[in-house]
Amino acid sequence: MTDTPETSAEVAEVVPTDVPTLPVVDVRGGMFGGSVGPDTSGYGGLVRIVEMPAPTARPFGGWYDAVADELDVALADDGLSFDEAVIATVVDRGEITFHVRPEHLLAFVTRLRDEPALRFEVCTGVSGVHYPYMVGAELHAVWHFLSITHNRFVRVEVSASEAHPHVPSIVSVYPADDWHERETFDMFGIVFDDHPGLTRILMPDDWPGHPQRKDYPLGGIPVEYKGATIPPPDQRRSYS
Amino acid sequence: MNDVTYEASYDAPASEGVGDPYAGAYDTTEGRVYTVTGQDWDTVLAPEEGRKERIVVNMGPQHPSTHGVLRIILELDGETVTEARCGIGYLHTGIEKNLEYRTWTQGVAFVTRMDYLACMANEAGYVLAVEKLLGIEQDVPERAQLIRVVALELQRISSHLVALATGGFEMGALTAMTNGFRDREEILRLIEMMSGLRMNNAYLRPGGVAQDMPEGGIAQIRAVLKKLPKQLDGVPTMLVDNGVWKDRTSGIGYLDLAGCMALGVTGPVLRATGLPYDVRKAMPYFGYERFDFDVPTETTCDVYGRFLIRIEEINQSLRILAQACDLLEKTPGPVMVADKKIAWPAQLSIGSDGQGNSLDHIRHIMGESMEALIHHFKLVTEGFSVPAGQVHSWTEAPRGALGVHAVSDGGTRPYRVHFRDPSFNNLQATAAMCEGGQVADVIGAVASIDPVMGGVDR
Repeated sequence: MTDTPETSAEVAEVVPTDVPTLPVVDVRGGMFGGSVGPDTSGYGGLVRIVEMPAPTARPFGGWYDAVADELDVALADDGLSFDEAVIATVVDRGEITFHVRPEHLLAFVTRLRDEPALRFEVCTGVSGVHYPYMVGAELHAVWHFLSITHNRFVRVEVSASEAHPHVPSIVSVYPADDWHERETFDMFGIVFDDHPGLTRILMPDDWPGHPQRKDYPLGGIPVEYKGATIPPPDQRRSYS
Repeated sequence: MNDVTYEASYDAPASEGVGDPYAGAYDTTEGRVYTVTGQDWDTVLAPEEGRKERIVVNMGPQHPSTHGVLRIILELDGETVTEARCGIGYLHTGIEKNLEYRTWTQGVAFVTRMDYLACMANEAGYVLAVEKLLGIEQDVPERAQLIRVVALELQRISSHLVALATGGFEMGALTAMTNGFRDREEILRLIEMMSGLRMNNAYLRPGGVAQDMPEGGIAQIRAVLKKLPKQLDGVPTMLVDNGVWKDRTSGIGYLDLAGCMALGVTGPVLRATGLPYDVRKAMPYFGYERFDFDVPTETTCDVYGRFLIRIEEINQSLRILAQACDLLEKTPGPVMVADKKIAWPAQLSIGSDGQGNSLDHIRHIMGESMEALIHHFKLVTEGFSVPAGQVHSWTEAPRGALGVHAVSDGGTRPYRVHFRDPSFNNLQATAAMCEGGQVADVIGAVASIDPVMGGVDR
């Protein structure tokens, strides 16, 4: 949240950010969350706050604590501790997510790969998510790491602001992430610093904009059928 | 017609060029244009220090042996590939973006179009992610899980048959192609019998499957299980013990375990390095832990080994299918979760005007119960809400491990669904497999990755 557009625009390196620990995805009104037309249900004044799962306090349970302890010991070699590198840890639906500070990401994933007790050999790529409501941390890059040795997954999440969409590249540690980072850059405009060749991969090179951002329209034309007109999918009534 | 004026000044004096009146260079408003007629590349681009010539060849995107609309940019030194790069994106259709504007159930009909040779494998990854988000993985009925396993293994066989067929075809084994497609036809008939469609099935749904196995379906599968091994007898003659095939595929497209780990490669390419990693064994889903099957491995790390693995995986899938048919006969019951707030309300049936909602269901909602009609209407138009959060599903698709990262914002539509398609990831290994090899072996290396561009580009 310290990342403001005025200061970050000209800074090239990664700026430390503090992600809101209880990320609110959206605030919705009305009973059915309909987006088109007046709400005739009589519940138009209802306000509902949609939150992602809350951070988990220790103990995390299962093998999660062992991984966190091991990371804490390993990161000491980098002059870091687990709590310094990780903003929040979320255990939800049997999966663990580490929200990592971007400036410590490279040290964090290097330890994930190299420590014998961790041994996350495979990076299965990065996925982007755009949360326009989380001001200052709108863009999230989400990695999943697989340990074939221990047969487990961890998720690592890093956020950046739309004004300064910079996240370190981990291609130097996990070459497998090369195309995945290019795709996430292409679709979300997240700039992976120090990527060996961060170019568009799916869209044409001269394409304007980043299609998977929430403010990028889906496109489409209204279709007429037997006198009625059906609007394109992104303009149809939706419920949430 | 546009009026275009080319301000061309032809300035290629014959004394400077190679004496070809059609070759040369001239300036246009767009910049300098060179006409290269062959043997004269060095007149256009000076060779680098110490190298005689530099040839860049675009293989694809419209080339019969690049396995789809894949463009490979090769830099050659004679017949040797010095640099190989992939150009992808020609089949990008924005499926992930489109998903965000439909309900969670409608998403199945989109993801099935990604990797179009393993449609139901995409659906499996997606429905597993949705079920994890809903927390109903344990509530999916036994019978639905068994039908899913049958569908997935049929899909694996059909996908591997195409891999053998097109891979063989690309390297000149034409009979392997015709036989592969002939055998795949048997599988597609079964898939059509189960789901109503040969491809793009939208058969696996969050909470179960779209419809129960039709009457006599298991008997039909058994008949094919009996017939197929005999038809597959020809494969070893063509793609295992065949000296020409062996010479053509052995030792090329080399990628060892370290390379696979670094590049995140999974599937037959990884198993050809000797590591028996199969998600169905490592992290079973849909009840795969109940089935007795082996994970075939080879230690050759080459194209030949990858094809051997696909052949053996077909046999293992047949084993699983036989067990699943036995279990299916003993397991009656529903094929959709009991929770009426999630389960798709209708079953499909064939009427005189084609496939549609079953007549019993129509009678119920139109003639018997107003509440049932409302319920049907709400669930079909609005969809069900999924609690906010994110999950990751990891399944074994024919081409490797498929990862799905699904995020919900608590609404009736996916907030974000990302597919880590195995073809997309494995295609990164093209350079590692091809550089330093011969041009002709690029075809073999790509065929052994078996990328499906629908899945790569999504």
